Amino acid sequence: MLTFELVTYRYAGASQPSLRDVSLELREGEVLGLVGASEAGKTTLCLVASGLAPRTAGGTLTGRVLLDGEDTAPLAMHELAGRIGIAFASPATQLSGVAATVYEEVAFGPMNLGVPRRELIARTDEALAALQIEPLADRDPAQLSGGQQQLVAIAGLLALRPAHLVLDEPTAQLDPAGTEMVAAALAGLAANGASILVAEQKTDLLAGICSRIVALDGGRAVLDGLAAEILADPRLADLGVAPPAAVRLRRAAADADLPPAALARLEGALAG
Amino acid sequence: MGVGGVIGPALLIGAGVVAPALAAGLLPRVARTATLMSLPLGISALLVNLFLLPGATEVLFRIGPLTATVEGLRFAVEILLRILAITGAITLFYLTTAPAALVLDLERRGVSPRVAFVALASVQTVPAMVERAVTITAAQRARGLDTEGSIWRRLRGVLPLAGPVLLGSIAEVEERTMALEARGFTRPGSRTLLWWPPDSTLQRLARWLLVLAVPLVIVARALGWLGWLG
Repeated sequence: MLTFELVTYRYAGASQPSLRDVSLELREGEVLGLVGASEAGKTTLCLVASGLAPRTAGGTLTGRVLLDGEDTAPLAMHELAGRIGIAFASPATQLSGVAATVYEEVAFGPMNLGVPRRELIARTDEALAALQIEPLADRDPAQLSGGQQQLVAIAGLLALRPAHLVLDEPTAQLDPAGTEMVAAALAGLAANGASILVAEQKTDLLAGICSRIVALDGGRAVLDGLAAEILADPRLADLGVAPPAAVRLRRAAADADLPPAALARLEGALAG
Repeated sequence: MGVGGVIGPALLIGAGVVAPALAAGLLPRVARTATLMSLPLGISALLVNLFLLPGATEVLFRIGPLTATVEGLRFAVEILLRILAITGAITLFYLTTAPAALVLDLERRGVSPRVAFVALASVQTVPAMVERAVTITAAQRARGLDTEGSIWRRLRGVLPLAGPVLLGSIAEVEERTMALEARGFTRPGSRTLLWWPPDSTLQRLARWLLVLAVPLVIVARALGWLGWLG
């Protein structure tokens, strides 16, 4: 379980905190969606959750971040790496830059952690298969498209097999097929007990995989509840977040005063 | 200074560069690249020694106040061959050795992963920066920046490109550092290596022979046994 207890974080040199008194819990097997407008604090929350802030990013943090009940403050980054993994929106900077092939790139994290060679190969094969990128295994990561690089970066994260995953707009560069693959992989991980925090603008994706949603505004958690309820909450639009297509369609249908039979067919289609 | 001065470098080029490059099927590329790399230094060495070698007396030809000498030409050829031996060896090394393989092998032999990473990342950064510069150049040209024409125009076009290239690279380093940390790169101790380059008995033997040859050549040179090389 990942727990934030009244966490406030300010970047070095910043006059205002980017996160203010945030408290939340991410339980085993839960996929928590994080929404909010630009500069609402989504990326900062991801950095704090992963331990990169303040360890690598600098700045000051008050409050506590707990990982399975253990305060993460005294832990070094490499001690967190195998327990909580993070993927960023930009694929190019997530790649190690030293791997000659996609296979080596995906294996890079477990290699650093000293995972035995046999298990390293098993993890890498499994991560490649989860995102259906085995055909890319022998390619040079630097020569891939942005979308392919993002899948490779996420596969590298999966190969670490952390119990907790943090993904900051993981599908920003992906086409619909790639987005579906990532969604399926995340759902599979959650089913196996991983807890996942996803910051995303694509609320359609969140509607499909999240059980809970937290909305941020000005660094504060202003909405927190079941995914279906928060994504249908009219206040979401005021926070600069576009609701999922299904929610917008239902609203449009209600405004158009469709006959009950047509509404039922619409609901059936959306549910299907 | 006799003909002997060129035998040593010529033998080195033949045995250490031409023969292995021929065996690897890379002789034309090695020759072309090594020659291009040698040109700036080679031309200046030729001009300086041909016309300005102290103590040279045998006149070859004159151009105004400058006198080209036979001794200067011999010395220049000797220097050129030495430069070619060095650039040829470096070129051959880079054309036959994948950077990743080199780094993995160094790491297997106990070099710190961080040192190995820096060595490899430095090599890999160059094409990435070139690619970034090309993208930024295209973007700036699309916005009306003139990067073609006279030298003055080209120089004026460099400034708006240098800023984004450098600042972008610095920002990228920060993000990449975080990504590396998140993947356990700072963990102390050795890493698990996925593979390492093959190291045959013949390769090991050749390496040890080269290592042994270094002190032997130094001793032989000190004792004057290599006088025939010049």
